[in-house]
Amino acid sequence: MPEETAKRLAIIALHGSMDMAYPPFILATAAAAMDMEVAIFFTFYGLELLKKGKIDKLKVAPIANPAMPVPMPNIIGMLPGMTAMATKMMNKWMKKANVSKLSELLSLSKELGVKLIACQMTMDVMGIKKEDLIDGLEIGGAATFLEFASHNAITLTF
Amino acid sequence: MTEITPHQTVDFSGLSCPMPIIKTKKAIDGMAVGEILKMISTDPGSVSDMQAWAQKTGQTLLSHEENGGKYIFFIKKTK
Repeated sequence: MPEETAKRLAIIALHGSMDMAYPPFILATAAAAMDMEVAIFFTFYGLELLKKGKIDKLKVAPIANPAMPVPMPNIIGMLPGMTAMATKMMNKWMKKANVSKLSELLSLSKELGVKLIACQMTMDVMGIKKEDLIDGLEIGGAATFLEFASHNAITLTF
Repeated sequence: MTEITPHQTVDFSGLSCPMPIIKTKKAIDGMAVGEILKMISTDPGSVSDMQAWAQKTGQTLLSHEENGGKYIFFIKKTK
């Protein structure tokens, strides 16, 4: 009897910072390249990734982030300009390591057929309208995501 | 050095995960069943990734080797 392996990848993207935006898109595009069906459900701060023009403008804060490659005491991290500096540094490292830009990963995801689902509830809570978001999205709720994830899917949350 | 004659050669040097496997898939999609693709990568992770990709997609990884910092893969399109 052939082994039953997962055919789908279901990802929940909850965070809106730059460092948390990479894992969903990298895994989604890799899974799509491996002929898996993929859906990413963007909820809460994850909706930031779907706002028009925002994907390449995400930030990462050094405060309360002891795993930052360049460690910074919190008392320094909270000073004005430190988030911008940490963001700039991380962007530089990504570019140096030849990691694709988030906007490229987003286009690639769409091209490879990754379903991008925006959480209706979060839109209501945060006052985000459909026009504020990029094209090519499905708008749905928990049931939409769960239905997709219920068919032999790997489910990951970021 | 493996002596297999590829139908197509692609050079993904300089690209990082997940680009090598994504671009390999695109290249294979554009080829006919039975044809052989030669893929060159500089990403050390691609050695493991390409094996996993071939296993998942059902394509055949004929061989893989390292040559002066470059990883060379020969893939046969089997489906």
